[in-house]
Amino acid sequence: MDKPIRVLVAKPGLDGHDRGAKVVARALRDAGFEVIYTGLRQTPEQIAEAALQEDVNVVAMSILSGAHPHLFPKVVNLIRAQGQEDVLIIGGGVIPESDIPALKEAGIAEVFTPGTPTSAIVDFINANLK
Amino acid sequence: MSNEKIQAGLEKYNASVEKTVAKFPERGNLPEQRLYTPLDVKGVDSYAEEIGFPGMYPYTRGVQPTMYRGRFWTMRMYAGFSTAAESNKRYRYLIESGATGLSCAFDLPTQIGYDSDDPISEGEVGKVGVAIDSLADMEILFDQIDLGKVSTSMTINAPASVLLSMYIAVAEKQGVPADQLKGTIQNDILKEYAARGTYIFPPRPSMRLITNIFEYCSKNVPKWNTISISGYHIREAGSTASQEIAFTIADGIAYVEAAIKAGLNVDDFAGRLSFFWNAHNNVLEEVAKFRASRRVWAKVMKERFHAEKPKSMMLRVHTQTAGSMLTAQQPNNNIVRVALQTAAAVMGGTQSLHTNSKDEALALPTTESVTIALRTQQIVAYESGLADVIDPLAGSYYVEALTDKIEKEAWEYIQKIDELGGAVAAIEKGYIQKEIQDSAYKWQMDVESGARTIVGVNKFQQEEPAPEGLLKIDASVGIAQCERLAAMKAKRDNAAVEKALADLKAACEDENENLMPHILNAVRTYATLGEICGVMRKVFGEYEAHVNL
Repeated sequence: MDKPIRVLVAKPGLDGHDRGAKVVARALRDAGFEVIYTGLRQTPEQIAEAALQEDVNVVAMSILSGAHPHLFPKVVNLIRAQGQEDVLIIGGGVIPESDIPALKEAGIAEVFTPGTPTSAIVDFINANLK
Repeated sequence: MSNEKIQAGLEKYNASVEKTVAKFPERGNLPEQRLYTPLDVKGVDSYAEEIGFPGMYPYTRGVQPTMYRGRFWTMRMYAGFSTAAESNKRYRYLIESGATGLSCAFDLPTQIGYDSDDPISEGEVGKVGVAIDSLADMEILFDQIDLGKVSTSMTINAPASVLLSMYIAVAEKQGVPADQLKGTIQNDILKEYAARGTYIFPPRPSMRLITNIFEYCSKNVPKWNTISISGYHIREAGSTASQEIAFTIADGIAYVEAAIKAGLNVDDFAGRLSFFWNAHNNVLEEVAKFRASRRVWAKVMKERFHAEKPKSMMLRVHTQTAGSMLTAQQPNNNIVRVALQTAAAVMGGTQSLHTNSKDEALALPTTESVTIALRTQQIVAYESGLADVIDPLAGSYYVEALTDKIEKEAWEYIQKIDELGGAVAAIEKGYIQKEIQDSAYKWQMDVESGARTIVGVNKFQQEEPAPEGLLKIDASVGIAQCERLAAMKAKRDNAAVEKALADLKAACEDENENLMPHILNAVRTYATLGEICGVMRKVFGEYEAHVNL
């Protein structure tokens, strides 16, 4: 690919635990992607806006508070509604396995749970970006 | 044996193992030496100054003279979820099961000063803790719990003044005077900027709120621990053991300086400062960390701030086992991790302890898993023998050498932070955040390269079924909470609320005014947390973080 892949790492919701988000952001950067990190406490609207402004290929969200069933689908809908059909949207955090089918149904391409090596996220992005 | 004889023996030993050692596979992250001897520790000559006795300066061996020979640490389980009524049930269950203190977890909207019906709270109400919107919720939370008897720790920071006021107001209704109340508010805003993220206001007004609380409590709530200066979250965010105590003690220095600058006498408030450590996986390193931290704080208080009361120099600490070390894979293994972390906290001499539950890498804990976590503490206390003598690892060549090493590293960081202008400036410059992030990244890369082994994650993996029986917080909790809030607002005297909020606003604008009495007044009128914090947001503004990856 000529242009480097651009990734928005985002923290929707109110939780302040961004160790994972920052480690992933740095690992993606070290893997050659261009990475933008939103910082904490972003509303779905702010994340969608950033995805548009930054013209990203991937949105990677992290939630550790349990608000993922509410917030992840909301971000997907907003991003699709602004015409970014090809943006790959992935999520991670403290997410029980039983919640994952519904999140995938809602358009989250993959959910990465605790213990996932960052290389798995890199591989997934490389394999699934259209 | 003389040092020469030991040296000669050591050389002989090293020569004897040289060939064998060369054949060992390499393992990462090991201590520099494989063996520690009397050559690695300071001699008996420095024992009195550096190690000493329990309850005596520099408190290396513990802050109380009798430690667990007197009574065990407080077994304090952090809990709170869903509604005040549900959490009240869990608290009463914990007290009946032998827990000796309460520890309240609040949901994120509460921690950031928003009501449950604020649009920003959507999806978060009751999720990571209990939702508290007003005094009405607090009354339910402590229903049938005698606040004159129990000691309560509240994990609340930016709006700590409001939650403490609610607690005081509930106690008033129970007929318990404020000077009888025992407990702790976390109230540590600096680590929120550096590691935990639930800040509201910028540093300056935040430091004012904190010193207002110190001053108010020293006169009115004298048994209350007005701050829990927390390394726990710094460690969870990825720091090393030395960084955990160094950054936290640097934060402590900033609070003491702010209070002195506000005109308080160091010995009037320093005895109510408390700390909060993480109990991580490496048992011996953790024990050394606890010991080193007490020594560093004692020296800071005596030499830097010229405290005179012994209590001002004692680092009293609450501990929680490391949540970030729990694995989602093979969750039963977490029971073993928590037991080892408990052993470390106890041999380190903690004053109270929360043990995590095995399922917390997946969800909030169920009642069953919380019970195992509490039983773990009880087994360590009553069966293991680890609590039978004071500071049992003192005199171990390795543990003493490691204690010295961690202390030295901590001083180096504290000096660096001093050079940057103190903890507030170091946080504003992003220095502390960057150091933590770098350590977190190194840890993750070590796990991915295999230099660090996590059982079940990068070694000894196995296929396993999806875990069952996790605690789920229903979305209906948020809806019901909003309905209760609306009903409460319809019933209260809204004119009184308006007046109290206007009075609070005027107090916020006058830097010389202590805000605590004004917040307490507002709370008594059933003004909500969101309304009170809203007034302060208007006057103080909000903090904006800058992240350098």
